[in-house]
Amino acid sequence: MSIAPILRTVRVKAPPARAFELFATRMADWWPRGRTIGRKPHVEIVVEPRAEGRWFERDAEGNETQWGKVLAWEPPSRLLLAWQINTQWHYDPSLLTEVELTFAAAEDGGTLVTLEHRRLERFGTDAVSHSDKLRGGWPTHLDDFARFADSVS
Amino acid sequence: MANTVRAIEGFAALADPTRRTIFERLSERPAAVGELARGLPVSRPAVSQHLRVLKEAGLVTEVAAGTRRIYRLDPRGIGAMRDWLDAHWATALDAFREFADREFDGAQPEKRKRK
Repeated sequence: MSIAPILRTVRVKAPPARAFELFATRMADWWPRGRTIGRKPHVEIVVEPRAEGRWFERDAEGNETQWGKVLAWEPPSRLLLAWQINTQWHYDPSLLTEVELTFAAAEDGGTLVTLEHRRLERFGTDAVSHSDKLRGGWPTHLDDFARFADSVS
Repeated sequence: MANTVRAIEGFAALADPTRRTIFERLSERPAAVGELARGLPVSRPAVSQHLRVLKEAGLVTEVAAGTRRIYRLDPRGIGAMRDWLDAHWATALDAFREFADREFDGAQPEKRKRK
């Protein structure tokens, strides 16, 4: 473990089984708009309910854009997903970072939903052009980096 | 925005497998160039070059120890990488909570009326 994982917990009113269901089977209904990677707006985000199932979005014309896959499907308490979206917001099957969701019963009958995104050191490919897109330019020392990277590869 | 750019520099620097190995070793303990070069299939000058890239990306920092330079991870740069994803998940999970609570309240009109 090189980089500490991202950890975040939210409390929802529904019990664990319902929270798991809403999270995994209604993803398109809650995932923030504009934060998907398909070329056209998504109408569905599918998490296939089994280990090795696919995780993808689908647009109105039926085009699918892969996000990753299911590593563990264990309702009502745990969902382990492979996040295979690189820093350029493209699906990259050679990249595998892990997003683990746990659903724990809270005292008030609700659920504590905890997300852990780990193996972050595996990110990296194509980050250069991503940054270009973000800021419309590239700092000088990163030009230096690009030249250096080309010269050693 | 500065943090985003910083984070992406970090990702770019870690795209290289040798640099990732160096980074992982430094996460175990600080080390000098010579120690890092041992067991790696690259020359000592190459290790120095990789360290320079990691340093420019804000992932690694160095301190002088006599005539040697000791490299260690720079928690500030690593923090920027995490911040980038952290912000993404903060937005997504808040949206999930709002949606889940709305669904839950909607499914329990009787209970809500009694309150």
